[in-house]
Amino acid sequence: MKLVIALIQPHKLPEVKKALFSAGVHKMTVTNALGCGQQKGYTETYRGVMMEVNLLKKVRLEIAVNDDFVQPTVEAIVRGARSGKIGDGKIFILDLGDCIRIRTGEKGKLAIG
Amino acid sequence: MDTGDTAWVMASAALVLLMTPGLAFFYGGMVRRKNILSVLMQCFFIMCLATVIWVVCGYSLAFAPSEGFWGGFGWAMLNGVGLEPYADYSATIPHQAFMVFQGMFAIITPALIIGAFAERMKFSSFVVFTTIWLVLVYSPVCHWVWGLGGFLRNMGALDFAGGAVVHINAGIAAIVTALMIGRRKNAEKHIPSPHNLPFVALGTGLLWFGWFGFNAGSALGANGLAVNAFVVTNTAAAAAGLSWAIIEWVRNGKPTLFGVASGAVAGLVAITPAAGFVNVSGALAIGLSVSLFCYLAAVIVKPLLKYDDALDAFGVHCVGGIWGAIATGLFATTTVNPAGADGLFYGNPGLVWIQIKAVLITVVYSGVATFLIYKLVDVLMGMRVSVKEEDVGLDLTQHHERAYTMLE
Repeated sequence: MKLVIALIQPHKLPEVKKALFSAGVHKMTVTNALGCGQQKGYTETYRGVMMEVNLLKKVRLEIAVNDDFVQPTVEAIVRGARSGKIGDGKIFILDLGDCIRIRTGEKGKLAIG
Repeated sequence: MDTGDTAWVMASAALVLLMTPGLAFFYGGMVRRKNILSVLMQCFFIMCLATVIWVVCGYSLAFAPSEGFWGGFGWAMLNGVGLEPYADYSATIPHQAFMVFQGMFAIITPALIIGAFAERMKFSSFVVFTTIWLVLVYSPVCHWVWGLGGFLRNMGALDFAGGAVVHINAGIAAIVTALMIGRRKNAEKHIPSPHNLPFVALGTGLLWFGWFGFNAGSALGANGLAVNAFVVTNTAAAAAGLSWAIIEWVRNGKPTLFGVASGAVAGLVAITPAAGFVNVSGALAIGLSVSLFCYLAAVIVKPLLKYDDALDAFGVHCVGGIWGAIATGLFATTTVNPAGADGLFYGNPGLVWIQIKAVLITVVYSGVATFLIYKLVDVLMGMRVSVKEEDVGLDLTQHHERAYTMLE
């Protein structure tokens, strides 16, 4: 079992979701996030006070998958989120210790699927 | 000079001014969170821009007496527009009260167009486009309908508070700009949902409130005609809000706040040309029916034809405005206003034809002139923001500001 965490451009979310659905991945958690990486920030001005802002809006996806779904999931995210420009985001894959479905008490592979 | 009339027209001018911030929130709630400031900014910027243009030359171009294309520059810088009444427009209030009341209409009209090109127009180009549009489209059309010597006025077309001048004029400009600027990125696959419906409700409330100045103020006096306009305005807005809800109830199973708000605004638009000429039964008929037309345009025809009139400036204002103008020709009665005319249902079918002619002339002129102005500004400066700017949002890329923070 793996936990796939992806940080993507907010405006790419609809395309990523669509790609994931067509890859058979229907379960995910989505949150708003702020972050900085290689992408340059932007300038904000409030009553003449200039501020360099380097924390940019991103969307964070968390998807718990069984091992055979790791590759399709990653491919779907890349397909939906890639524009080829700096700022497209990153994907992290973590080992997942266990997973429990609260309603039934199922554990592990069954709980994820 | 009448103090009551003067007080009412001054209060009405302030009411109409408030409609533009109202419109800003009505539209601002509908866009995505990354673009709300751009919409508010465009509305507030027009309040500044149109006011200055109006006192410098706009009022003169629209209202100075002339048989020609527009009023000319005789009253530029309000030269000769003083504190005494000008009897041909309003015999009982200072000329400048009439001028400032009309100035508020010049503010809200270009602001209505914003709904069509929201979320994708470059701010600098928007400013240039709006300036030229106010001078070359709003001022002449206003002159034709309301100015002394204007040919639509002489033809006998009835437009009490600006159905043609404001709503059809802006609505046609809206569809032309929406078609020329093109769809928002990805709008076909994922129609962006409104980010703040409470703002839409707030804006609707302010518009409804301000519209009493717009319509009842257009009587230019504190009198029976103003009360008639007040009553029919309220009635039509209410009837249209109800009928939009009923349409949704029947078609989708649930009525929506957004629908009632859209319906109320459609009703206000439709009653605008008729407010000084119809009675309450006319207002009920106009209000109940306008939602059908606007719903058809905004909800059914728009997705079919795939144009991206983002916030339905055309669907509500142009369609509602045209229906209102034609309905004036149906329901107008001289028992409400002896200075008006009887419509079809009161034995005078000729008025409908005059109303349709006035609509067509406004549609053709506004459409063609808007097209040319858009083309000109597009060639000179480019109208649309870059793809990247559209992705990031206009608030940050056009104004260096954002409306909402995620962290303190």
